[in-house]
Amino acid sequence: MTRLQSAIQTRSARRERALITPEGLALPLRVASRGSRALALLLDLMILFFGFVIVIVALVGVGLNLDSVEGLAQTPAGEVIGIVFILALFFSRYGYFLWFELGARGATPGKRLLGIRVAARGGQRLTTEMVIARNLMRDVEVFIPVFFMLGNGFDAGLTGGAAFVWLAVFVLFPFCNRDALRAGDLVAGTFVVEAPRAKLQDAMSLAPDHRQTYRFGEAELSVYGEHELQVLEGVLRNGDEAALHEVAQAICRKIGWDTGRSDEREFLTSFYAALRAHLESGMRFGKRKKDKFS
Amino acid sequence: MALDYLSKIAWFRQAEIAPSAEIEAASLRSDRFRLEREVDWQRLERIVTALEKGRPGRISDDDLLDLPVLYRKATSSLAVARETSLDAAAIAYLEALVQRAWFQIYGPRETLSGWLRGFLGGGWSRAVRAIWLDICIALFFMVAGTAVGWLLVSREPDWFYALVPGAMSGGREPGADPEVLRQSLEPTASADGLSVFAAYLFSNNTGVAILAFALGFAFGIPTLLLLISNMALLGAMLFVFVEAGLGYEFVAWLSVHGTTELGAILLAGAAGIHVGRSMAFPGQRSVLTAAQGAGVRAAQVMAGATIMLVVAGLLEGFVRQLVGEPSMRLGIGGAMLAVWCLYFTGMRKRREQAE
Repeated sequence: MTRLQSAIQTRSARRERALITPEGLALPLRVASRGSRALALLLDLMILFFGFVIVIVALVGVGLNLDSVEGLAQTPAGEVIGIVFILALFFSRYGYFLWFELGARGATPGKRLLGIRVAARGGQRLTTEMVIARNLMRDVEVFIPVFFMLGNGFDAGLTGGAAFVWLAVFVLFPFCNRDALRAGDLVAGTFVVEAPRAKLQDAMSLAPDHRQTYRFGEAELSVYGEHELQVLEGVLRNGDEAALHEVAQAICRKIGWDTGRSDEREFLTSFYAALRAHLESGMRFGKRKKDKFS
Repeated sequence: MALDYLSKIAWFRQAEIAPSAEIEAASLRSDRFRLEREVDWQRLERIVTALEKGRPGRISDDDLLDLPVLYRKATSSLAVARETSLDAAAIAYLEALVQRAWFQIYGPRETLSGWLRGFLGGGWSRAVRAIWLDICIALFFMVAGTAVGWLLVSREPDWFYALVPGAMSGGREPGADPEVLRQSLEPTASADGLSVFAAYLFSNNTGVAILAFALGFAFGIPTLLLLISNMALLGAMLFVFVEAGLGYEFVAWLSVHGTTELGAILLAGAAGIHVGRSMAFPGQRSVLTAAQGAGVRAAQVMAGATIMLVVAGLLEGFVRQLVGEPSMRLGIGGAMLAVWCLYFTGMRKRREQAE
């Protein structure tokens, strides 16, 4: 394993949290990475932005004067549209995130696309108040810094600099704690976790049994452990011919076999089944073998 | 039901095959364990997917009744599989499934409308009563801010221009002609265009209130500064009108919406101070738990402050511009103040009363 791989592994292991369900089962929860959260936010802002661009283009196309509040109020229809527009601006700023995070998925469209969701810390139930609190804080963390940047706040001299430092504290907050909490998460008692969706794959030992052709003995099967078994499972499920060939070669070298020019998939499937049966029977007696080194 | 009928037709029935032949064929014990149970897992997955999509109507009565059992079966399968099976894909599937089901079963129990009913029927007023100390602190600083604004402008009129942004004063400045000032308090002739104005005021004021809350995160100090600076503006304005002999008219003009709006800003500021204070002085609890408890309580107060600001926007946009008599204005403002005070002190949940 290269150093890069092991570094990635320790980093992702640092994001693992356990959730104890009321049934007493420890479920692994993984804290969402800061990158995916930032990307989710960007997606949500883009959805809001383009939504508004479309609405404004449509309104201008109809022939409305959007320059000022007074200009709008001149016609009755314009007045109604003006109210709706101002309220829509308001609700997109405060209501969009609230509405979606209160839904059953606990995620805005951006979060959903990246497979993350909001959850209460410490295995509690997520409540409406928590979602309100975390989204009220979003104002200082997202919208005000964005407006500050767009409004070129740096030019304002000393106050501009002070405001910049102050806002930077909020923006950099997620980088200063283990759970990647932003200030809103801290106040509301929530965090953002990965929400994996997995499909049930086929059972592996359903293929016709080949143990007639290949008989593996105790010595051959005790070479590998659970880690190698899972790597082999991944290779078999992927079904990449080159990888199958390479793995079959490596296993043959290791156990000292020469299979000649036989079908690699057949060989690997039966080796997988035999190895898993061997390791699982060990498991039933409380003996586990983590990898080939143990 | 049409759906029940559809499910009787084989084509619409979703896979509920019992794979008995396959179970026999599986050579591994752990695979047989899995094949015996995967029908239940997939049934749970269908229910959870329907819940996630927000379409609980699609779940049949049988499925709904079996949901707790299916969930517990899946958790127990996962616990057993972890100890007996090395099928990584199946374990990953179960972990994801149990997590999704956990979020649905132990997720929020209320609908938004149910929450709103509980909120208006006692949750809000209780949260407001719970932060009474912070309301007192916020009130003190608001009064202090007004006094500061008054004193500064009375000593040195130039302060007025520092406190009040130019666009906002609109000719209302120290030494202005009393007639101009009186004009600015007059109602407009009709309600045309006022609704847009009201909506604009609402979204603007709510922004300020949310800012007052959110800034409380830094131990409440920025919230206090925001309260003082906003109220100093009011104090400066008040001085200008009193100097012109229009103090009574100005207070009446302001009170129509001001009692509601300043009440909302008071609550928002108090909510911010509450969060900041609990983080600065968490007591026996850790900072995180203290911040969370305060944040959830303050969020309820804030949701209420938004409602107050809607009312204030309507009063400011319509009533104030249409009612001209100072005593009438003062009466409306006073009545609103009384309504809010009565609501916050008197509204209690039934359960709370029984205790």
